Amino acid sequence: MTDAPYQVGQHPDLPPPPSTTGVIGWMRNNLFSSWANALLTIASVLLIYGLATSLYKWGFANADFQGASRNDCTSGGACWALINVRFGQFIYGFYPESQRWRVNLTFIGFLVALWPLLFTGAPARKQLLWYAGVYPILAFVLLLGGFGIEKVETAKFGGFMLTLVIGVTGIAVSLPLGIMLALGRRSDMIFIRAICVGFIEFIRGVPLITLLFVASTLLSFFLPPGTSFDLLLRVLIMVTLFSSAYIAEVVRGGLQAIPVGQQEAANSLGLGYWKTMYLIILPQALKISIPGIVNSFIGLFKDTTLVAIIGLLDPLGIGRAALADTKWQGLAGEVYVFVAILFFIFSFSMSRYSLYLEKKLHVGHES
Amino acid sequence: MSLAEAHVGNGFVISRLWTEKRYRSIFFQIIALALLIALIFFIVNNTIANLQALGVSYGFRFLAQPSNYDINQHLIAYDSTSTHGRAAIVGLLNTGLVAVCGIILATILGFTFGVLRLSNNWVMSRIVYVYIEATRNVPVLLQILLWHGTILNLPTAKNAIVFFSGTFFLSNRGLTVPGPLPEPGFQAVPIVFLIAVVGAIVFTRWAKRVQDETGRIYPVFLINTVAIIGLPVLTFLVTGTPLSWEIAEMGRFNLAGGVTLRPEFMALWLALSFYTAAFIAEVVRAGIQSVSEGQTEAAYSLGLRPGRTTRMIIVPQALRVIVPPLTSQYLNLTKNSSLAIAIGYMDITATLGGITLNQTGQAMEAVMLLMAVYLSFSLLTSLFMNWYNHHTKLVER
Repeated sequence: MTDAPYQVGQHPDLPPPPSTTGVIGWMRNNLFSSWANALLTIASVLLIYGLATSLYKWGFANADFQGASRNDCTSGGACWALINVRFGQFIYGFYPESQRWRVNLTFIGFLVALWPLLFTGAPARKQLLWYAGVYPILAFVLLLGGFGIEKVETAKFGGFMLTLVIGVTGIAVSLPLGIMLALGRRSDMIFIRAICVGFIEFIRGVPLITLLFVASTLLSFFLPPGTSFDLLLRVLIMVTLFSSAYIAEVVRGGLQAIPVGQQEAANSLGLGYWKTMYLIILPQALKISIPGIVNSFIGLFKDTTLVAIIGLLDPLGIGRAALADTKWQGLAGEVYVFVAILFFIFSFSMSRYSLYLEKKLHVGHES
Repeated sequence: MSLAEAHVGNGFVISRLWTEKRYRSIFFQIIALALLIALIFFIVNNTIANLQALGVSYGFRFLAQPSNYDINQHLIAYDSTSTHGRAAIVGLLNTGLVAVCGIILATILGFTFGVLRLSNNWVMSRIVYVYIEATRNVPVLLQILLWHGTILNLPTAKNAIVFFSGTFFLSNRGLTVPGPLPEPGFQAVPIVFLIAVVGAIVFTRWAKRVQDETGRIYPVFLINTVAIIGLPVLTFLVTGTPLSWEIAEMGRFNLAGGVTLRPEFMALWLALSFYTAAFIAEVVRAGIQSVSEGQTEAAYSLGLRPGRTTRMIIVPQALRVIVPPLTSQYLNLTKNSSLAIAIGYMDITATLGGITLNQTGQAMEAVMLLMAVYLSFSLLTSLFMNWYNHHTKLVER
């Protein structure tokens, strides 16, 4: 049968040569397509191997996980004992140990409140959204105390919990504020527009650290003599204002992408300004701006570390305090790597979520 | 009520202020203006009352008083008897130094990573991807501290790591490199360099005009490169190499001589550069991807060679997408350099907003001046951006 001569044009299709398909073909195309490329591949694999093995030796094989001071770390690698000993502080700051369950409960409550907001498919979404609406009050009472629970001062807030408090409050408050600023910047009223443009450009033009200096040194000058309020609250105000200016610019980009026809159509249906915005323009504009908004949130989340400079004890502040302890000196690498991993997990999952949303809303294919 | 009646209507109805369109906008603007003025009045009033209660005098006189503190890295003459104003200028120069060095390194790294990210070598592209994600998702302050900690953990000056046969020394005191010692006659080199740059600009314009008029193309890039690099080198050789290098010597405990990049400077410079490079890489990637394949094919079918296609078709279009976000990354780097205060690099935030503020107690003036400095950086950048956007705008028929 195989020997049978084929008629012209009747030969069955042959499979492609093995060197162009499957693993080998892929490798030929992507790794060894030319001499230079092959050299690059080998060099990079060696680089990865070298880095990975030395990191593994430093972080695991030769590392110490137990101990009461630096002198107990004798294996030559990383000294994770410091993180082990102070883990509670890194997460809860100086929140009283007996009350830490409240922080945990707030965090679980936060996840439950977040669920219906992030995923449209969540079961009982409507009820959960109601819960998300009242959650801020719950969190406030749980963390600060009152109503029969022991009171805790905000000066005791610290560690990753402080990061979450600043980050989440900043995100939640700056979004509506940013939308208002963006609408104001596109308003026909010259004066309102001037205020919004001035505010946005001013905030975006100065580094966050100068605004935190305002929070720590100047804000109390601006209030009637004798009023003093919490440093954490002052920082929250400044961080929120800072983030709202950036969000305003992202939302403005979204607003600009909506054709004028939408506005005209809404007007000709007899809708007023607010109804036009709420029902027609904003739903479309916000959908386009979601990736940008999530990016500003990641930025805000990372920027919360700056509060360590003005003396709040976020994970970085806790870490610096730990390094100042004579028992643990010289462990900068361990502390900063640990904190970096904490932040990476949160920021990276936010950016993945933004990609997921982009795919779901097909934002990338529009316009 | 008909429309005519409403207008003839019985005079003034207060609700018309916010229901009728022509009054509404003016009405709300007046309210906003009144609120703003009230807020400013409230703040100014409180501030004056608070300052009086504290007995602090207001004004910028403190800038003329002696500072009484040292700055370990100063580009202009400075010691502890200099004024606070001079300390602020030293800080400003240090900010400028780290910003310029950072922008240069971040651009080089960012463009390299951006191109490698698009490389068809899968391993390379993945490595760069991991680098970009790891860097972008970790706070920059943390990265600055990590670099600082790493440099401080290097061997002491006595056991410094030596490179390039004893001319470069790396230790926990920083990186010591040979210092240039210009000899008489060296001034000619920078002068020739400046002349070459001006000449190159004039030549480029002339060549473009000739090309527009006659279609004749000169190798502008090659001639300019030769002029800008070659002429100063030639001058240098002709005047008899009037430059020598002072190499650091290992003393009993420490290194003497040479130029030392302090650990704070190095940490800030490297951290900001590597952090910003990750963002620039993404910008560059987006820019290159924004130019469609059809452009290359069209250029080839017109008979342009690959080099010229890249230079005249791809790069100008990619740059239109790349430059605006690139500029804002440069601005971000400059603003992030204010984090220097965390590791004790004496930039303007650390001098004016740190020690001067704490010593004199003039928080209001110091912070306002500090903000004004950063604001003017960013306004200058926006001016440039507007000019650039106007210059490279897509001309549509």
